[in-house]
Amino acid sequence: MPETEVKSTFNKSTGLPRKRFYRARAHSNPLSDSHFPVPISPSHVDYSLHFPHFFPGSSKKIQFADIGCGFGGLLISLATLFPETLMVGMELRDKVSEYVKERILSLRVANPGQYQNVSVVRTNSMKYIPNYFEKAQLSKMFFLFPDPHFKEKNHRRRVISPFLLDEYAYVLEVGGIIYTITDVEELGDWMKSCLENHPMFEALTEKELEADPVVKLLSSATEEGQKVARNEGQTFQAVYRRIVPSDQTS
Amino acid sequence: MEEVDSESNNKDGVSEVAPALIAVHPLRSSVAVALGSDLRVFDLLAGCAVSLVVDDSVSGAAFHKDSIRAIRFGANGKLFVSAGDDKTLNIWSPLSSSSWRCISTVSSEKRISAVAISNDGSYVCFADKFGVVWVVDISGFDTNQPLLDKRPTPLLSHYCSIITSLEFSPDDRFILSADRDFKIRVTNFPKKPLNGAHEIQSFCLGHTEFVSCLAFFQAQKYPQRLLSGSGDSTVRLWVISSGALLDTCEVATKAGLLEANGSGKAEDHGHAVTDLCTTLDGLLVAVAIQSLQGIVLLSHNVSAHTLTLAKVVSIEGEAFVPTCLGYSPSARELWMITGVSGLPGSSHPSFARIRVISGIDVEQDAVVLGDDKIPGGEKLLETLQGTASVDENAFVAAAEAVKTAMCNLLIKKQYSSENRESRKKTRNDRKLKQ
Ligand SMILES: C[S@@+](CC[C@H](N)C(=O)[O-])C[C@H]1O[C@@H](n2cnc3c(N)ncnc32)[C@H](O)[C@@H]1O
Repeated sequence: MPETEVKSTFNKSTGLPRKRFYRARAHSNPLSDSHFPVPISPSHVDYSLHFPHFFPGSSKKIQFADIGCGFGGLLISLATLFPETLMVGMELRDKVSEYVKERILSLRVANPGQYQNVSVVRTNSMKYIPNYFEKAQLSKMFFLFPDPHFKEKNHRRRVISPFLLDEYAYVLEVGGIIYTITDVEELGDWMKSCLENHPMFEALTEKELEADPVVKLLSSATEEGQKVARNEGQTFQAVYRRIVPSDQTS
Repeated sequence: MEEVDSESNNKDGVSEVAPALIAVHPLRSSVAVALGSDLRVFDLLAGCAVSLVVDDSVSGAAFHKDSIRAIRFGANGKLFVSAGDDKTLNIWSPLSSSSWRCISTVSSEKRISAVAISNDGSYVCFADKFGVVWVVDISGFDTNQPLLDKRPTPLLSHYCSIITSLEFSPDDRFILSADRDFKIRVTNFPKKPLNGAHEIQSFCLGHTEFVSCLAFFQAQKYPQRLLSGSGDSTVRLWVISSGALLDTCEVATKAGLLEANGSGKAEDHGHAVTDLCTTLDGLLVAVAIQSLQGIVLLSHNVSAHTLTLAKVVSIEGEAFVPTCLGYSPSARELWMITGVSGLPGSSHPSFARIRVISGIDVEQDAVVLGDDKIPGGEKLLETLQGTASVDENAFVAAAEAVKTAMCNLLIKKQYSSENRESRKKTRNDRKLKQ
């Protein structure tokens, strides 16, 4: 696929990048190895590149991660809701991550002082989360409308799985929250049961869900969520908190 | 898909080549060698070959049918395990000097790439080609009784990366797994491992190429310290509880194999660290490096947390580049093997050569023993090498093949984009769709 010329991909009136120039394959195979730079360890992540407004000079760390962020709608909403929190989207598709990058840069230009706390990286989150985040670094992780991978033999490509939850539990601080939502019932059941059966996660109560302003964004903030809403599709969410396992060495 | 490549690519011959492995009994009563699907054992006390017994009392037991990828003794020497490409793990009871019995056979869904036995002898873990580590409860086994139907349960997983090395920490609190994606994962080994090991303690991150080997200092004094070797030509020293990197030793540079400016590095992996072995006192570390005819000894300064070059022990006269190391603490001997099996198109499809260095100690001088001085003598060489004297021509040919084999084993296949596309078209799952 030839690279699209970046200049021509901006909408002249809004200055925002045009999505159609960044269309890519709908689904990607997270098992195939593509070539993109991977930080050797979390201390190698170049914060001044992602957050030049804060770095150098700040000791902040990324606290929110939107896994498979797609076109970045959630990040854009969270950026102004939590202006002091650094957050990053992780996206496997090159063009899509490029789009999000351009989107953030134009928002920064159009709204001076804002959107300085969001960024995006192109990576395979299923392989490289430990390269980006230290133990207990994150307070929120988002998995919104992940690819369903219906076939049984492709279940291990799912971004929520019993094994991957071990890694998410590692990067989440105790009390940190994992948010998942999907319009595919089977996947919703799967994500919920993975979380339910994991010794280091517990469900938020109805009350807690209501009190959390982020929960409302799950179905409305992302491009995928809006598409589902337009089609009046049903959604299935599972929101869980990282806990200390009852028996530390259970 | 990466892991499918590693399975299907065997057709092209290269990755099917298996390096020779060696393991020395912790009390030095025997030495075991794996070459291809062949397991060979010599009893040093009795001075004779050990016969391996597989009988009907163990359901499904059989000799290995494909390359053995991992062998090891349990900490007290009462167990020995072998596993590999035939998707089986055999547990042997090495009690008698004349014969070892296979007391259990565990089947895996995928090929096995690494094994570990907990130091208390209760659990065997193995890693499969999909990056999943499985655990088998072997507690309370009796050496004379076959273990009943042992089924593995999944313990943890590295997402689609091949696990190259698996180790228990000396105190059994952690299980460590190293992979081809430069990672070392330290996981709390739970009291009830059959429910999975969910609590990750740390990741040791710093290597810039595949991690090929892990080693602990057996001395109880440093249960927290880990050594690792890598395709990036370094040996690193870590604290496992935090994943902190204490020191990096550029072994290939130190041994004079690489220019200090790093030229000629990485690309060809010609100086990858292939194996590591620590001595009982934790002060010396033996390192095998691709292209080095001999080994490097590093000294571990315990209080300064450093690794420095002690000496290079060269092996004169033949192109002996070790593929695997084993250490006998009681005799202070380092056992080395070089060799491969399954060489495509070679007149010597399999080949193994053993050398021993004695006097691995701080005070003594290390000596490479001649074949006439080797413990067990000609009989041992005949048993473990398959022949007492190795043909010089075979040696030179094999040395080159060993190098290629080791690299292919450890390096992820890099496809050009063209190649990638054509592979996609011929992929089985795509074909089915049409
Ligand atoms: C269906 S989209 C949802 C996007 C976004 N969260 C939304 O709600 O609009 C799923 C996204 O996850 C990305 N993705 C899939 N596997 C991934 C992986 N292993 N690492 C990072 N991103 C991944 C895909 O490229 C795709 O953009």
